[in-house]
Amino acid sequence: MKGSYIGQAWLAIVLASAFGAALAGVHAGLGPRIAANRLNDTLSQIPALVPGAARGEAVEVAGRLVYRAVDAAGAPVGWVVPANGQGFADRIELLIGLDRDAARITGLYVLQQNETPGLGNRVTEEAFRNRFRDQAAGAPLRVVKGRAGGAGEIEAVTGATVSSDSVTAIVNGAVDRFRREKPGMP
Amino acid sequence: MSERKSDGPTPMERFIGGLLPENPVYRQILGICPTLAVTNTMEGALTMGLAAAFVLLCSNVLISLIRPLLKPHLRILIFTLTIATFVTIADRVLAAYLYDMSKQLGPYIPLIIVNCIIIARCEICASKQSVGTAAADALGQSLGFTLGLMSIATVREILGFGTWFGRWLGWRVIPEMAPAHWSNWVVMILPPGAFLTLGLLLGVFNALTAKKEKAA
Repeated sequence: MKGSYIGQAWLAIVLASAFGAALAGVHAGLGPRIAANRLNDTLSQIPALVPGAARGEAVEVAGRLVYRAVDAAGAPVGWVVPANGQGFADRIELLIGLDRDAARITGLYVLQQNETPGLGNRVTEEAFRNRFRDQAAGAPLRVVKGRAGGAGEIEAVTGATVSSDSVTAIVNGAVDRFRREKPGMP
Repeated sequence: MSERKSDGPTPMERFIGGLLPENPVYRQILGICPTLAVTNTMEGALTMGLAAAFVLLCSNVLISLIRPLLKPHLRILIFTLTIATFVTIADRVLAAYLYDMSKQLGPYIPLIIVNCIIIARCEICASKQSVGTAAADALGQSLGFTLGLMSIATVREILGFGTWFGRWLGWRVIPEMAPAHWSNWVVMILPPGAFLTLGLLLGVFNALTAKKEKAA
């Protein structure tokens, strides 16, 4: 027994099993709460993303999860489309607000990012996100440096061209795809 | 089996040791990855310090309890297994109860697994000394680590954002009006600011210790 593998490794085996069970317990206990945090983070943004929206309902469109924004009476007022793509440092997850016909962008929120603090992570600030508000969704948006003048132009964050480009590209891709796939409003 | 070897430091010596004479950040230069990565805000530094304290305390106590059973050639495996378990628990708890902070710290909480302070304390103290000493050692070292992180974060957050605990308490150190005369040092928020601050504070720390030794 003393020289056998079990004699040598029994402690590791026992501990691994006990720790595995403990972690399973922690996950069972906290998992729903963590999932709820993520969902709340998403749902709590919906009124800010779509004007007049009181809450969101999860619906599946062409295999993808999107949220139908409804007003207090339950009438649909727009859409919130989750989208993600590569940023400068890591993946960026966005929520894009669209009006009823997905003709106009009504808001943008950054759900998750790891961009450079102080530069790239300023894409999370309202000043940048508001540049997307009220843009027409029909044509792709363009990033410009310096002051943006015309319609369809997004002014880049100073010192964060890659992050600005990434966010705009993710928005363009997701909006285009959603416009092709979206169901008619009831 | 004797509970304490006559040559081992006492719990009090272990606790004090972690604060200054063997401070993990300033004396042992351990745990430098989180020290550089999460010290641009006080909230991040404090959360990291407390998470590491939880992991260190639990690991030290558990390792000390099972120390008669440890096989020399398998001890590192057992240490790592123990640490990884408690880190995962800390990460999940943060994601459940401090969701915003968990989002901000990103991968650095899971990376406590490879924080060498914790495995060093398991090796140096917990696998050799009694539970009480191991617990005192964990408290001293993690308090020393937290204070080290917070000292760096103080410099970086004030110079970089003009605030101190700005996200949780909203305290401004440099008045809101200041931007006309003062612009935030973006470099302090970025990684180079971490290296600059750590280097300067290390220099100050060494100079103070050298003076003390000379006087003694």
